[in-house]
Amino acid sequence: MPIQYYIYLCLALFSIGIIGALTRRNVIVVFMCIELMFNAVNLLLVAFSKMHLGMAAISDKASTVGTDGQLFVFFIMVVAAAEVSVGLAIIVMLFRNTHSVDINFLNRLKN
Amino acid sequence: MSTTEILFFFLSAMAIFSAIMVLISKNPIYSVLWLVVTFFAISGHYILLNAQFLAIVNIIVYAGAIMVLFLFVIMLMNLNQQHEPQKGLWMKLAGVISGGCFMMVLVSLVRQAVDLKSKEALTFGGDIGLIKNLGRVLFSDYVVPFEITSVLFLSAMVGAIVLGKKD
Repeated sequence: MPIQYYIYLCLALFSIGIIGALTRRNVIVVFMCIELMFNAVNLLLVAFSKMHLGMAAISDKASTVGTDGQLFVFFIMVVAAAEVSVGLAIIVMLFRNTHSVDINFLNRLKN
Repeated sequence: MSTTEILFFFLSAMAIFSAIMVLISKNPIYSVLWLVVTFFAISGHYILLNAQFLAIVNIIVYAGAIMVLFLFVIMLMNLNQQHEPQKGLWMKLAGVISGGCFMMVLVSLVRQAVDLKSKEALTFGGDIGLIKNLGRVLFSDYVVPFEITSVLFLSAMVGAIVLGKKD
């Protein structure tokens, strides 16, 4: 597949994530949109790693170029899992204090 | 049209449609379920790119663990459609326009890029995505980041417990 198709797909998914983070007020849905953006970036990393492998495989059949990209995706997933556990704990604490998941309640932090 | 192209466009349409459904669902539970569908479509893309390890990890970690965590939290809070806060129409329109502008700028950038012309992502070929190769590199070149990750997980676990504890 041409690499541009993957770039367009990931751009669409990333933009949908941005639009969701800007337009929704439920803090859980905003968090889910951030996960969507993570996944768009992961897919693009894998596509580019396969692009570099495809270019290197022309000269060397046993090339392992692009392994680093896939391991980066693995580490991004690991960090995302840790981030989700802490973030959801913060959301639960927020809900316990304000009895709401409205993100506009958090604007009192600016004072 | 080859089989690879049909699979690619089917999975892409599925991913984008379910991602849009995440946004426009009023009920947060439906949003979570549509997001699981998106993650399955992205896992299908990984299989198409022959990154089998990442496909399985994506299903197990994202669709399995993280989304179930989201569902637990939503059910714990007993959220439903009546309590769903909504932004005003103008704020939604402004968000959609700014996100669309971002996408337009990057799409036009990619269309003009000379470096990306006639580059192909290798589908159904190459075995760097198999667990044998990835495991060997992970435990030789990347063993220090791997260990640091375990410390990160421990601190995240302690942090989640401390935050979630009733004071």
